[in-house]
Amino acid sequence: MSGLRVLRGGPLSLLQDAGRFGWQHLGVSPSGPLDVQAAAWANRLLGNRWGAPLLEIALGDFELEALVDTWLAVCGADMPIKVDDELRPNWSRFALRVGERLRLGFARSGQRTYLAVAGGFRVATTLGSVATQMREGLGGLAGRGGALRAGDLLPCLPARLPGAASVPGAFVVDYRAEPCLRVMADPNGLAAGERQRFFERRWTLSPQSDRMGARLLGEPLSPTPQQWSQGVVGGSIQVPPDGQPIVLMADRQTMGGYPLLGWLHPLDMARLAQCPAHSPLRFRPVELLQVQDELRQFYRFFRG
Amino acid sequence: MIRLQPIGAQALLVVLAEQPYPDLPSHIAALAAAVRRELGPWLVDLVPGWTTLLLHYDLLLTDHAQLAERLAPLLARWPGEAARERSPRRHEIPIWYAGKDLAEVARACGLSQQEVIAVHCATEYRVGAIGFAPGFAYLGELDSRLVLPRRATPRTRVPAGSLAIAERQTAIYPQASPGGWHLLGRCPWRLFDAEREPPCPLQPGDRVVFHPIDAAQFRAEAAG
Repeated sequence: MSGLRVLRGGPLSLLQDAGRFGWQHLGVSPSGPLDVQAAAWANRLLGNRWGAPLLEIALGDFELEALVDTWLAVCGADMPIKVDDELRPNWSRFALRVGERLRLGFARSGQRTYLAVAGGFRVATTLGSVATQMREGLGGLAGRGGALRAGDLLPCLPARLPGAASVPGAFVVDYRAEPCLRVMADPNGLAAGERQRFFERRWTLSPQSDRMGARLLGEPLSPTPQQWSQGVVGGSIQVPPDGQPIVLMADRQTMGGYPLLGWLHPLDMARLAQCPAHSPLRFRPVELLQVQDELRQFYRFFRG
Repeated sequence: MIRLQPIGAQALLVVLAEQPYPDLPSHIAALAAAVRRELGPWLVDLVPGWTTLLLHYDLLLTDHAQLAERLAPLLARWPGEAARERSPRRHEIPIWYAGKDLAEVARACGLSQQEVIAVHCATEYRVGAIGFAPGFAYLGELDSRLVLPRRATPRTRVPAGSLAIAERQTAIYPQASPGGWHLLGRCPWRLFDAEREPPCPLQPGDRVVFHPIDAAQFRAEAAG
């Protein structure tokens, strides 16, 4: 199969889909895109199904060449997007013809962008998913968890779409604005006083953060003792003995024993994923039922 | 007293006991099988913990309240017959006891290296939970004579197949990974293979015994 040839892989560009679900009982991380909103829009613009294989490109500096006539969509961090020498808009779809080169410059705001192709990339799955999990050596182009490199061929079919389209302005996120992230408190987790301190304090995002966990730096909280390891979810806010919270992200482990403060709103994990190291972060409480309503709306729109 | 707790917006935790006990992993495994049978289409993932079962569910299909209602009859019958009818499998796993920390563990425990091996092989372990990494099975309980805290500084890379101990547990690292446990030996088997069905031979509740092999047997088994 023909497709798109990677000319520059950039700092960290990964094949992803909706994630590797159904294997957490064997310790397999779900993985998937860090910013589910931007990823969902990229597929949506092309009429792809939810979770069609696409690229997560961290920080930019990425280039590819088309070996087929097709359409692409780019949504997420603000990076200069060029087809040969012509600029293309972010949060939009556009054509790429045989021999044309797409180049993404370095991100000016936000951390990662999502590049989808009409019909999705045609890559064999590992445990039902192409999501790249580098730590576990699963998924990606060769199925062994590798990042994209110059020379890689991203298989896809030729496609033609009727014309340009963009995400409505109201849904485009400005990553320069300071985020206030919403958290469902765990009534069985840290003491109420500690929870209140968490919401009152300002935190900064540690440069030690990665696809597994976003680490928060600030005046430490007092954790309760460790408990027997149990299943965890994306967005779980763990408080290890040093009192510095960790928000579990897409490449999280499946189980954990640290006491919990609560859970980040799954849609706000997308916003956190776009924050650079040292970003100031604030959190505020949100009710579980409101989060569920918003998630259902999101899934109905994007999953159909 | 069994409790149900929401874990975020799309998962429900069933807390089955306050402390683990020897039969609990196989009882949780039996419950997991029953839940999968009854509620499978609503579920995304089902994760047994030491004392818990976490249900990751599809929010477009169900919610906490409906799940709690459907779980009630299953929990009322638990552990009951389901646990008895499921006979846990027993795995006999070969180990080449030549791990980097064998001498240090012997010294710290006041035993000879041969005694460490004999004590480690004398216990029939049970798989308590699988987590940390794909196929990483926590096995308990380790003989009290071998109990040591984790290493002060974790190794950045532990080879695949390493048999290790820490606290009251023993485990085999299925993949090369960072690790803070004490290395006693190597297992020649692949304990996680995404191409195999099932990818991981061990399941919670299964029983495991180890037997020593020498370097030549290790190489022969690893090659085969």
